[in-house]
Parts: sequence; C-alpha cells; structure tokens
Amino acid sequence: MDDERSLLQYLQHISENVSPVDFYLIADNLDRFLAGALVTLQLTFLALLFGGLFAVPLAVARAARTPGLNPAIWGFTYLFRGTPLLVQTYLIYYGLGQFAVVRESFLWDPILSSPWWCVLIAFTLNTTAYTTEFLRGAILSVPNGEIEAARACGMSWWTRLRLVVLPGAFRRALPAYSNEVIFTLHGSVIASVVTLQDLLGVGRWLNGRYYLAYEGYLTAMVFYMIIVFGITRLFRLAERRYLGHLRPREHDELLPMTTSP
Amino acid sequence: MRGMQISVVKSFAESNNFALTPRGNCCIYFLASGVSAVLERQESELVQEHATSAPTLVVQDLHKSFGSLEVLKGVGLSACEGDVISLIGSSGSGKSTFLRCINLLEMPDAGEVRVNGELIRMTRNREGGQEPADRRQVENIRARLGMVFQGFNLWSHMTVLENVIAAPISVLKRSRSDAIERAESILHRVGLYERRHFYPAHISGGQQQRAAIARALAMDPQLMLFDEPTSALDPELVGEVLQVICSLAEEGRTMLLVTHEMAFARDVSSEVIFLHQGRIDEQGDPHEIFTHPESERFRQFLSNVRQ
Repeated sequence: MDDERSLLQYLQHISENVSPVDFYLIADNLDRFLAGALVTLQLTFLALLFGGLFAVPLAVARAARTPGLNPAIWGFTYLFRGTPLLVQTYLIYYGLGQFAVVRESFLWDPILSSPWWCVLIAFTLNTTAYTTEFLRGAILSVPNGEIEAARACGMSWWTRLRLVVLPGAFRRALPAYSNEVIFTLHGSVIASVVTLQDLLGVGRWLNGRYYLAYEGYLTAMVFYMIIVFGITRLFRLAERRYLGHLRPREHDELLPMTTSP
Repeated sequence: MRGMQISVVKSFAESNNFALTPRGNCCIYFLASGVSAVLERQESELVQEHATSAPTLVVQDLHKSFGSLEVLKGVGLSACEGDVISLIGSSGSGKSTFLRCINLLEMPDAGEVRVNGELIRMTRNREGGQEPADRRQVENIRARLGMVFQGFNLWSHMTVLENVIAAPISVLKRSRSDAIERAESILHRVGLYERRHFYPAHISGGQQQRAAIARALAMDPQLMLFDEPTSALDPELVGEVLQVICSLAEEGRTMLLVTHEMAFARDVSSEVIFLHQGRIDEQGDPHEIFTHPESERFRQFLSNVRQ
C-alpha cells in the first residue's frame, strides 16, 4: 500500500516538476485507455474474423471465375478498396439513417442505430474486400500440378479445396495477411470519429478535456505499438508453425542422403 | 455406334478365352431389342463375377485435339492384369496426352475408356466436346488408377507421410491410424521411412519421386500410370526411381509407363507401344520390336535415341 502511494507521489512529483509529459494524468486515466484498447481490439478482431469468413468463399468463387458471381464480387471489392474507409463508415453510420425504411426495419434498433455495429459492418466489409483479393491471388498461385495430383487421386472438388488448395493458399497468404491485420488495426481509429471511445477516442477525449495532446495521443500510440508487437509476434509463431516447408532445410543427422530404396 | 459396342463385347470375350459372357449376351440383347435397363441390372451380379477376367484397362479409339492440333488420332490399347506396357515415342507424339486421357486429366474428344470392364460414361456438352456423365464415377475410377507425374506434384505443405495418407483418408475413408500404418510400410518399401516427416522441398528429386510413387501405391491402385517419371531427375537420381518401378513390375502390378528410358522399357515391359504423330506405329514384345523394328519411323527413332 505504502509502495503504491509513494510511486504515485513520485509520478506526481516528476510530472509537475521535471517531465513535460504528465505521467500522473496518464496513470490516473489508465483504466479508460484499457477500456479503449478493449474496444479497438474487439472491433479489429471481430472485423477480421467475419471478414476472413466472408472472404474465403468469395475468393474461391472469384478464383474459379464463377459466371455471374465473379463480376459481382469484383464490383464489391473494387468499391470497398477504391474508397476511403472513413467515407464508407460515414455512409453506413450517417447515411443509412436517412432512409425511413432502414429506421423502421428490425435491424435499426439493436444494430444500425448503434455506432459500434455500424463501424463493425464498415470494417468487416472493408477487410473482406482486401482479403478476398489477395486470397484470390494466393489460390491462383497454388501450383496446377498439385491440384492435378489431387484430381488423379480421385479427390472431389470439395476435398481438393479443403486439403490442397486452401491450405496451400492460406500459407502463401499468411505473410501478407499480417499487413492486413495491422492495417485493419490502424483503420479502426475511424471508430473514434463516430463517437466511439476506442484507443484513439480516449486520447481525443483526454486532449479535449485537458488540452494535453501528448498525454492523450502518445499514450494511444504506445498502446497501438504494443498491440502491433503482439500481432507480429503471433504471426511469427504462425509462420514457424505453418511455413516449415518454405524454410531452408535445417541440418539433420540423416545427411549424407541415403539413397537405397 | 451399336455395331462398335457389339464388336467391343466380342473382342472382350475372345481376348479372355471364353464364349460370350453373360454381360455380352445381355448387351447384345439389350442393344438389339431395346429392353429396359432393368434386365441389365439383374445381370450385374454376373458381371461382377466376370469382372476379374475383364482386362484391367481397355482404351478404344481415343481422339484428342488441342485447338487445331490433333494430338491423338485414334489410339487404343488393352492391358490385362500384370501387364507392364511402355509407351515410347518422340516428344509431341501424344504419349503423355494419351496417358492423361485415361484418367480424364485431359478430356478426350472421342473414344472409350474401360477400367476393369467399367466404361467411363460420357455425354456431349453444348460445345460438342465430351464431358463425364457422372463426376462421381470418374472420381471413383481415378481412385483406382495411381498416377505418378513427371514433376512429382507432391503437396508442398504436407510432409512425405501426410502426402501418402491424405487420399486414403479422404477418398477411401480409411481411419487415420490404419492409413499411417499402411503408409509407413509403403515408405519402408521405397526407402523413405526415415524421411517421412520431411517436407518435399527438403528431400532430393529422386526421393520426391519415390514419395510420389508411395502416394500412388497407398491407394492400392489396380493400374499405375507413370508419366515420364524420371525425365525431371538428375541422371544420378534416375536409378533409384527406376529400381522402385522395377520392383513394382516384378510384384505383378499392372502398369502403363510413358518413358524415354529405352533400356528400361525393354527390360521391364511386357509390351512396348511406339506412338508417332498421334497413332500407334508399332507395338509388340519389347525384345522383338527393339531387335527387329518393322516400321521405318521406329527404326529411325531408335537410332536417334541410341546416338
């Protein structure tokens, strides 16, 4: 107890007398920042989850050049990749409310009237569009010979997709997907402009209340950096786990090669 | 069409040294009088009985064009159990295409393929080409034909063992433990047991091809198709792969082999077929035709190869 008090007093002391940054204020509002980080993480994670789930079938349909579906999906991805996320969020949050049909529909009350849901929908559609396109590229880069071998074994289309095409494509897309995850995290700051208290939202609030830009924004920045560090760590683990076949062979005791069949 | 089918049935029967099979009778009766398919179904048990005596593979009059280029101009063959048939010929003669038409990796424009007497049913599509009438049947037949490719085509994200057990589990619905047990004994056989947990990229070309052979063997195929299995290998790695194929031949496996290894074709095959410009130019007993080639083109081909 004493330790804690003395630590806070120490923080207060250096904040008032030494440091240009008010650490005491940050420590005092740490719970708000943590809550903001939770909102940021929730939005990012859910958008990526739903976006990933939608993107897989869309990318498969696009890679297979499914008649009718392919141009429609292309149009969707072009629209969402070709316009800023902020505009998309505005259109969903402010735009949809203009229509009486939307306001009177069953979707209005729990979902479309809440900024949280609107932001999640915008983020999900946006990440779906990006993920669809690069997953399509990854699917197309699965070597034809591997697919042919799967056909020659008598695997059905679905089995080939499940065992050969998608596992190959996911692995190829994995390094690029870490960028998409980080971009989605960074894009989630847009939540703060439609009144949500995400990480940046808390920073803005702090700045607006005390007129202390550093305290609000720097703290948010540090939090973002910590999250990004965690994400890159996770991806490094995933790459170690799933991309073993792309690593150069490690030294092994079986060398020199045994060739006797 | 009718006439052809009847003649197929007859040649079937003759090649197997028995008078018309019940199926043969049934087919002719069926074709002649147009009796409903019920009759044929009643006979299906008898057909099963005779399935073992039907040739493992009968291919008839296969045609295939790529655009305006006609690659196969009516090629056929029949392989009985234990036959090892080598297809040779210069590049562009259509031998690989022929092999790929058998398990429909390439869709033939015309012709018939029967595996153990079972005809792969085809329909005409709108563009006038053929397509399989029943996808399921094609998958079922492919599962019975093991194929080994020139470029190995192992699934790069799976280890050797995973490559070998994938299709038995997903296609033949074997249990994982059963599949692993069988796979390990096959890998022992091809000399890759120690490397079963390696990824394809981490083993040599010869080992990759042996893994691919193990993958095909794991399906207990009735017929194995080899599409230039040693052409992508460094010369010093060819031997180990040929050795495995040779041991399969000795074990009495039915195999169809597209190859450029003339000495190997001569020593291992029960029959050699020389393709030239999409047609069979010469075929017969390997020792016979290699020592006394009848066709001028085959003679030329041999002298080119031997240089």
